[in-house]
Amino acid sequence: MSTVPKIMRQGQIAPWLYLAPAVLIMLFYIVYPTAYTTYLSLRDKDSENWATESCIEGNPCWGILENYRYALTSELDTTNFQTIWRSFWISSFGNNIKWILLMVTGSVGIGLLMAVLADRVRYEALAKSIIFLPMAISFVGAGVIWKFVYDYGTGNVQIGFLNAIIRSLNGEPIAFLQTLPINTLALIAVGIWMWAGFCMVILSAALKGVPNELLEAARIDGASEWRVFWRITIPMILPTITVVVTTMVINTLKVFDIVFVMTGGNFSTDVIANRMYTEQYINQQTGRGTAVAVVLILAVIPFIYLNIKRFREQEDIR
Amino acid sequence: MNTEKLRNFLGSVPLHIVIIGFCVIWLIPALGLMVTSFRPVQDANETGWWTAFSEKPGAAEYTQYCGKCHGEDGSEIAEADLGDTEYIESFRRSLQIAATFNREYNGEIHLAEDDRPDDQQLADILAHLRRQTGLDERPQFTITNYEDAIVGYRGTTNYEADCEAGTQSVDLTCDFAQDLTNPRGMALAFRNSLFVAIPATILPLILAAFAAYAFSWMDFKGRIWFFAILVGLQVVPLQMTLVPISRIYFQLGIGGTFLGVWLFHTGFGLPYAIYLIRNFMGSLPRELFESAYLDGASHWTAFLRLALPLSMPALASLAIFQFLWVWNDLLVALIFLTGRNPVMTYQINNLVQSLGGGWHLLTASAFLSMLLPLIVFFAFQRYFVRGLLAGSVKG
Repeated sequence: MSTVPKIMRQGQIAPWLYLAPAVLIMLFYIVYPTAYTTYLSLRDKDSENWATESCIEGNPCWGILENYRYALTSELDTTNFQTIWRSFWISSFGNNIKWILLMVTGSVGIGLLMAVLADRVRYEALAKSIIFLPMAISFVGAGVIWKFVYDYGTGNVQIGFLNAIIRSLNGEPIAFLQTLPINTLALIAVGIWMWAGFCMVILSAALKGVPNELLEAARIDGASEWRVFWRITIPMILPTITVVVTTMVINTLKVFDIVFVMTGGNFSTDVIANRMYTEQYINQQTGRGTAVAVVLILAVIPFIYLNIKRFREQEDIR
Repeated sequence: MNTEKLRNFLGSVPLHIVIIGFCVIWLIPALGLMVTSFRPVQDANETGWWTAFSEKPGAAEYTQYCGKCHGEDGSEIAEADLGDTEYIESFRRSLQIAATFNREYNGEIHLAEDDRPDDQQLADILAHLRRQTGLDERPQFTITNYEDAIVGYRGTTNYEADCEAGTQSVDLTCDFAQDLTNPRGMALAFRNSLFVAIPATILPLILAAFAAYAFSWMDFKGRIWFFAILVGLQVVPLQMTLVPISRIYFQLGIGGTFLGVWLFHTGFGLPYAIYLIRNFMGSLPRELFESAYLDGASHWTAFLRLALPLSMPALASLAIFQFLWVWNDLLVALIFLTGRNPVMTYQINNLVQSLGGGWHLLTASAFLSMLLPLIVFFAFQRYFVRGLLAGSVKG
């Protein structure tokens, strides 16, 4: 971090006066609740006793971590290894992994593609605005938009755009949001629709930062566009790609609204953030709900670390 | 020369196809929403939005299946005059017509198995006949959906028609100005959303500006570590804090109030806000601050007269971000505001959960909720993008 000019180093209290309001609010709204939630995750459903109390004789029990046993294993069918494997991939954790893999590759991939291609046409600004547009609207709005696209009419009439296309090709209409495994994919597509623009904008800025002389030199030396892209452009913007990917992984881990609005986590489309909501506010199980939240933050912590590390590196460069 | 131009053009065709293809895919879903929100109730829920611009179907099907016996105007068979309004009105659903196919008239089956229209065609034929006889005269596009959404109308026709007929539901008075305050309406939700979003944008902005100044131009112990923690705080999931804060709010009695939501959004907006403003403020030329100090300016003066005005671009970016973030939020509104002060996202979610098929209302409401973000987006796109680029961590 840049050093403060010597002359400005006056007063020991002044800095804290400037910081106090923000710090106090953050302590109250982020730091303290995080600690308290962790504590609650070790208590039972009404937070009256330790979670150990809610164990039932003869059933598996993890003692004080009972809520974590529930959070991690309740969705699994533990008959044998095969059923565990299968049930894992339709559990909230398995779904979240699918979300991360597909949404991050999808939105970063499309974002990069559009950033690279739009750079070469005259209507660049327009094309980018269109891809970027969904960023402005709410997940709830996007949920409505896409629920309509996916709409499945039980009769012969299909007012959902996708099923109308399928029907016009003489196909069998699909209940996109109810049918496994396509429903989670359908939800992920909404996520990509919303976030590809974000990836595009950031990657596009990085692309513009690649010195033109470098690219021209390579072209003059006879390198194909393809080779220039993979050997020069990609390595040059790799740091930015890393930033975008980590940001997207964090966003995807926290995905809630899309699932909540479109399927409510039913039909095996649940994700971690929505499960927290279900346990806490529908099942009224505070212990379990908070345990799911803690699992979520544990999944995010590596990225908190990465963010801080990146920040320190940036500051060293400054 | 010309052949080269042509080759260049042909070479770039795939490029244009890919770009335009993506743009079309990106736009179509939103276009569907917009078109549907302007279609009459029955059309919106029974036919695809893409048919809105085309000729209404049914005429060709009528000629094919019914025309040869009933005649082009339907009056060929007097006992079953398809041009007669009252007669057609007795068929409310196409299923009722289908039920007649097996009946025998003058010893002959009405329509043989192979000559029957399918469900969609039959529905189109009925719709065609209803139009022909003047039963269903409705415009291609209408704004009644928006009126219904704004006042929170939930009946089977529309607000205007019900008010004219005097059959409005109990929570509507048909005095438009008064109905705007109906708790189920989007007008009230719009007001609430604004009421949430404006303070929840200004408050963190002010607090963050102070803190960012301290991080940029003041010296104190642990400055760097403090700031590193702040970077980490940006990604703490909201879910981590819901339960403790709800409990405190409940004890303080501010559950469901605007104050609670303002403060919550402030708390969660601050880490990113401070981070973004500091990145900008810290990169202002230090000579500026040094000379201000040499001239005897205090921190307060330097903050107010130098740092704040010069950081306006960053503050603008942030204001847009925070505004959109709060406006578009569902989870916080769901838990801390609840139905006591419903905002737009809350209302739409309610509509989705309870009103499976009311696409005309749902699309109009959703479009209303997007109106302001879209205006903000188009008006300030530059700042929006700049804000994204300055620090792209918040989700």
